[in-house]
This record gives sequence, C-alpha cells and structure tokens, in this order.
Amino acid sequence: MTEEAIKISGKRTSRFLDKVKKILPEEGNLDACLTCGACASGCPATGIDGLDPRKVLRMAVLGMDEELTTTPWAWACTMCTRCMYVCPMNINIPQLVFNMRAAWPRDERPKGIRASCDKANSVDSRSAMGLTGEMFSETVEELLEEVREEQEGFENLQAPMNKKGAYYFVNQNSREPQMEEDEMVPLWKILHTVGADWTYSDKGWAAENYCLFLADNEAWEENIRIKAQAVEELGCKVWLNTE
Amino acid sequence: MEYAKWIREGKLPVSSDWNKDLGIKFTLQDPCQLVRKTYGDKAGEDMRYVLKKLVGEENFIDMSPNLSNNYCCGGGGGFLQSGRKEERRTYGKIKFDQVMATGADYVITPCHNCHSQIHDLQEHYGGNYHCIHFWTLICLSMGILGENERGHLGPDLEDFGLD
Repeated sequence: MTEEAIKISGKRTSRFLDKVKKILPEEGNLDACLTCGACASGCPATGIDGLDPRKVLRMAVLGMDEELTTTPWAWACTMCTRCMYVCPMNINIPQLVFNMRAAWPRDERPKGIRASCDKANSVDSRSAMGLTGEMFSETVEELLEEVREEQEGFENLQAPMNKKGAYYFVNQNSREPQMEEDEMVPLWKILHTVGADWTYSDKGWAAENYCLFLADNEAWEENIRIKAQAVEELGCKVWLNTE
Repeated sequence: MEYAKWIREGKLPVSSDWNKDLGIKFTLQDPCQLVRKTYGDKAGEDMRYVLKKLVGEENFIDMSPNLSNNYCCGGGGGFLQSGRKEERRTYGKIKFDQVMATGADYVITPCHNCHSQIHDLQEHYGGNYHCIHFWTLICLSMGILGENERGHLGPDLEDFGLD
C-alpha cells in the first residue's frame, strides 16, 4: 500500500523572508539566489555555528523561520557585505542578517552590545563608555596644556571645543579620551600642520554607534540624529570621522 | 581621505626618507566600513598613496585579496562586544594568516575595531607584527611624534627620532 500523498493546502503562510523583502529596496534580491556559493566560500564566518551565508539564505527561502531567527550566527556575521559584493545577483544577505538580529527579543541580544548602546544613549556625548562632554573637555584641555608646555614647536597647538562655524567637526572614538588619550595628540598635530579649521564638540562627539550593531532601529536613529544635530548646531561643513 | 588630499596639496610635508635604511615593512587593512561599504576602492587607493609616501613604495606589501575584496577582520558589527571571543578569533584566523603572509612588521589599521581585533589576533595566534594608526606614522615621518604618543609602536621605533 502506498503512503498517502502529501497535499499542499491553501496559501503559504508568510515567511520571515517575505517580511524582510518588504522593507528592502529591490526586495534585497532575496529570491534571486543561484546557489553558486561565492558568498560562503569567501566569508570568514563560514563554519561558525555550522552555518554560512548561503545556508542562511536557503533557510530563509525554505521558511525555516524558527531556526533563522534564533541562530547565534546572526552575531558571528559582521555584516561586512563581502558576500553581497561578490554575489552575481547582488543579494542583500547582510540586511537579512540585520533583520535576523532584530528578531531577537531585545533583552536576549548580546549583553555587551546592548550595554554599549544603552550607555551611549544615556549621555549627550553618545559615548558608549559613558564619558560625558564635560569629562571629554577636561581631558582634552589638560592634555593640550601638557603638550604646549612640554613639546617644542607646539606652544600654540589647538584643540578647539564647540567652535561655531569651523569647517571640520571632528569626532573621536571614546577609547581614546578614556583609555589612551595620548593617541589624540598626533591627530591634533596633523590638523595643526595643515592649518585645518576644526572643532570638537562636547555634545555628540563620540564616533561609535553600538545601537546599529544591536539592530535596534529606534535607538540607532536617535543616536545618529543627536550627533548630526550637534554638527548642525555648530554650523560645520564636514563631519570628519577619525581613524 | 583627508590625509591624501593634504599630501597632494603639499600641506602635509611627509617623507619616507626615515625608512630608507631601516626598510621596515608595512601592510594595510582595508576597513569594510570605509572601503567596501562607503567610498569604494578609491578610499583604498588613497590610503595606499599615503602609506607609500610615508614608508617608501618598496616597503609597502599589500594583502591579498585587497581593496573591496579584502576580508573583514572580525572586529566589526559588534563582534568585539558580543561576548563570543572564541568564535571571533576563529573568524579572524583568515585575517591573521593574510597579515602573516605579507611578512610585514606593521599593519596600518585605520579603524578602531580593526585595530583592536588585529592586535588581539596577533597576541592570540602569536604573530610578530604591530598595529598602528596612520596618525602615528604621519607624525613619525615628520619628526613630530612625542614620547608619550608611541604606545603601539614596536621596540624598533619606540625611540626613533627622539633626542
């Protein structure tokens, strides 16, 4: 006796993939995979958690939503976009991964990333280390004083704070003022040498935005808007993101 | 890349003379965010222009693959903060091997995440290279790098040019 035939009933329920397609330009080309494997063969995350970009996309196409939205691989992929760069069909796997991250309940996302995001959005500086504008100003001021006194040829070195109308708005990763402040000095010297018209700001000076990595859309938008606002308030022309 | 612009305009008088006899070798990491994701290969070419001016053409050894085809180091996307240290280092092995294959003494890492990750890979896998930012090398080449500004330089350069 033969087994009963499998019947496909009614409309297919919406897959996770369909939701992601709706919010991406060109639907991220997520249905266009040729399964060539160019993505997986050049991805440093291939093999971690038993997955790779091609497998992840196949899972999405097959509607394996539960596995897709719970795999920790979402946090092993850095969304570096190399897979998309080499893909003959320009498939936006990184955005699929971003939305896989966003599908995690917020309090189950990696604690380190979440804490950095929350810390940044609790201070005006948007520093993930919680360094306030006042602390940053003090650090810069003291260090500048020291260099002026001790280093020949830099008696007039500048590190302007909140200078309205400066051409460059220079940001700084929190790690420097917090952990290795001396690393800021070579940059000041370069800006001094070329005669750049630049400024720091005590508001929104921190370069990092962990809310983006956390895949918290509201939080990363808030983070970046506050920073953009700080640039606009000073009327600067160029927002210079440092090394 | 403002550095490239300033060198082309003659505002930043850098030179590679200091490295003529020393022959210290340098390679360059292409940060994903800067190159592949934002400005494209043009940013990578600019950085190579700057680095060659700083260390001498013959002392620059490129990674393979490079520019937009370069591999992510594994420091980005929050990986450094995600608590997945072992996986992050597994991810980064390909970058470590790439750097080691160049035989370079220094990797220029013009991104904070790249700097932290490639430095950590060096310690973890036992590499013999150092990671520095462009600003360190620019000031070194102009003879204006202060004594306290050398935290990431190796023993070969930590006193270089100081009285």
